[in-house]
Amino acid sequence: TLEACCSRAWTSCFNSTSIMAVEFEGGVVIGADSRTTTGAYIANRVTDKLTPIHERIFCCRSGSAADTQAIADAVTYQLGFHSIELDEAPLVQTAASLFREMCYRYREELMAGIIVAGWDPRRGGQVYTVPVGGMMTRQPVSVGGSGSSYIYGYVDSNYRAGMSKEECLKFTAEALTLAMERDGSSGGVVRLAVVSEQGVERQVILGNQLPKFSTV
Amino acid sequence: MATVSVCQYHSGGFSFENCKRNALLEADINKLGFSSPAARKTGTTICGVVYKDGVVLGADTRATEGMVVADKNCSKIHYISPNIYCCGAGTAADTEMTTQIISSNLELHSLSTGRLPRVTTANRMLKQMLFRYQGYIGAALVLGGVDCNGPHLYSIYPHGSTDKLPYVTMGSGSLAAMAVFEDRYRPNMEEEEAKRLVRDAIAAGIFNDLGSGSNIDLCVITKGKVDYLRPHDMANKKGVRTGSYRYKHGTTGVLTKAVTPLNLEVVEESVQTMDTS
Repeated sequence: TLEACCSRAWTSCFNSTSIMAVEFEGGVVIGADSRTTTGAYIANRVTDKLTPIHERIFCCRSGSAADTQAIADAVTYQLGFHSIELDEAPLVQTAASLFREMCYRYREELMAGIIVAGWDPRRGGQVYTVPVGGMMTRQPVSVGGSGSSYIYGYVDSNYRAGMSKEECLKFTAEALTLAMERDGSSGGVVRLAVVSEQGVERQVILGNQLPKFSTV
Repeated sequence: MATVSVCQYHSGGFSFENCKRNALLEADINKLGFSSPAARKTGTTICGVVYKDGVVLGADTRATEGMVVADKNCSKIHYISPNIYCCGAGTAADTEMTTQIISSNLELHSLSTGRLPRVTTANRMLKQMLFRYQGYIGAALVLGGVDCNGPHLYSIYPHGSTDKLPYVTMGSGSLAAMAVFEDRYRPNMEEEEAKRLVRDAIAAGIFNDLGSGSNIDLCVITKGKVDYLRPHDMANKKGVRTGSYRYKHGTTGVLTKAVTPLNLEVVEESVQTMDTS
């Protein structure tokens, strides 16, 4: 039986996660698995780890669920305020900087690995990664979470610059499927989103519809 | 660990200065052979389900202090606002106080906005408070209610993370209850079916988890109406003794009888008047 109040038992953690973001001409494709665990129990098997920060800016959350939800709520507020002051759409880099500011300042207290991705009129589709510790860097493709270790090879060998939106979607879905296959603590469904000038398109790939790789 | 908190003045939050003193006291008590009292926990099964017209919340009624049942019929479904109720698992005092604080703040907020409070507002307030205390407030909650946007159900963890789902379970009996939900949940159930489902989920927790027991409380929240069914099902009624074990006078034979009068003399007599004004 789960002992209520054991601090370890109640930490809702996304550390068991696979998240990914890819830039393409005209926007970004982001994806995540859907598992949240408290210890060995899956607390939520349909989690949505792709959180909207602004109309065309999203973040993929990995690490402690409580920490990333609190950070995302705080950044959403700050960015919304900033956007109203500016009277224009905020830059993805601004959102990423706000995340970096919080994750670096409170690095000892937090456990949060975040990928910020979106589209803005100035620089188009962008992906910024803010891993544990609070570094921020822009990358054309970024993976995160415990499941990411298993797909670095796949991503490095299969990524090509200049892929189309459909190719990026297929690439992301396949990479996350492979990660979920091998990482015991990632699983559930694959949630995908495309963020572009036209807006946001979201889709879900259920367990039985995931791409199949080996028959062994 | 290079934290910038060495010379910062502690304003608010918990003060851990008494921990050393408590450790010394506990050592002293243990030397005398006693044990210090433990915090009362609700080893619990709580759950909630969204159905066609609203939300059904359920809870067992056992509160435990270690391995002893401290309260056989405690109420774990707390009032937040006329349209929002919250089940609490974890430390009993924490769930009680946290829900009361948020209920109070939500009533003031509702008077300020002039509107019926929304479940998402209660969720925000609870998660922000629990995150502020970094998990030291051991309150795991199932928050449910109906507002202008329909029925909503949230699960809230002690560290401040929340999940918005159609069915949730919490507490030590949550795995047993979740098994029932995963088997029989359907979207848009009727009220009777939803009540039966929640009742069965709590019953699974009561009969398969040592930390949960006694009766099943239900709370059915719909638009404009709340049915607080306490108890909804007395799953563990105390049995009635079918025979008497009293022995008749004279069953044990008396062999000898000796009476020794104690001669006591009055040493001191003092009168204390009671203040009855």
